[in-house]
Amino acid sequence: MPTIVLNGEPRPTSEGQSVADLLRELGLDARQVAVERNRDVVPRAEHGQTVLADGDQLEVVTFVGGG
Amino acid sequence: MSNTIEAKTHDDHGEDTWELAGRTLRSRLIVGTGKYADEAETRACLAASGAEIVTVALRRVDLKAKDNLLGWIDRDRYTLLPNTAGCYTADDAIRTLRLARELGIADLVKLEVIGDPKTLLPDNEQTLAAAKILVDEGFTVLPYCTDDPIVCRKLQELGCAAVMPLAAPIGSGLGIRNPHNLALIIEQSTIPVIVDAGVGTASDAAVAMELGCAGVLMNTAIAQATRPVQMADAMRLGIIAGRKAFLAGRMPRRMHAHASSPTIGLIE
Repeated sequence: MPTIVLNGEPRPTSEGQSVADLLRELGLDARQVAVERNRDVVPRAEHGQTVLADGDQLEVVTFVGGG
Repeated sequence: MSNTIEAKTHDDHGEDTWELAGRTLRSRLIVGTGKYADEAETRACLAASGAEIVTVALRRVDLKAKDNLLGWIDRDRYTLLPNTAGCYTADDAIRTLRLARELGIADLVKLEVIGDPKTLLPDNEQTLAAAKILVDEGFTVLPYCTDDPIVCRKLQELGCAAVMPLAAPIGSGLGIRNPHNLALIIEQSTIPVIVDAGVGTASDAAVAMELGCAGVLMNTAIAQATRPVQMADAMRLGIIAGRKAFLAGRMPRRMHAHASSPTIGLIE
């Protein structure tokens, strides 16, 4: 089973899973997060066609309170 | 006659708006959204401050969190200004802001590259390097920097939309440490000068405005006041008072006293 690293934590993923699939699985609203895969931003329009590969490093971020 | 003069005090310079990167703003107070007890307190403080621009930070999603800031903040009322807090290199800051842009926010960004965890003072070299790349990528860059006129001049030359020199270290509440440097920066700048960080109370905000700053950005001074909502209101008023005093033009400082009552006609 392919494994990705999501926000620093290893996570098993299924074959052919896209970024959009992953966000759905995590219960996240795609409009409220930004995704980076192997240090490159994945534009929202490409979430559906971006298929995760074994060893991918993903950062899923959002806005929080800050100065 | 006196009525005419009173009526004019508000209007001598027309409505006192200012321009930031093509936006026309009425409030000169920009506030952070960090360090509040909860969402309700954040909302109440933002409202009391009258701010039109509020800063936010970018972090990994918390899958256990119930609320997302983007879920509750009124984006018609507040322009979000993403920051790069916690970034120690130009690369980290650029990476952060590219992600922030993907969140559908306008191109307005607060660039801060920190040089040291104890003082949180800016790394000007990294800030300049990041500013150049971000301006080239089409971001509207508001850089946090030291109160150094040379650094501010270079940031302006790179095409930043404003410069944001500190009053004192972030979260220190020490107030305006070097008013002379700020005055030099204001004198030379053709872009807005926004004092960012170090303000502790309303009089500090007023001093910044009296110097001629375009605005003040703060977070801790409101969030860590005993009564944050009251302090947000006090800051709003302090900014207005300082701005009006700046426009009014203060009297010259004198070495010795100068009587306010007539010195002739005293009874003998």
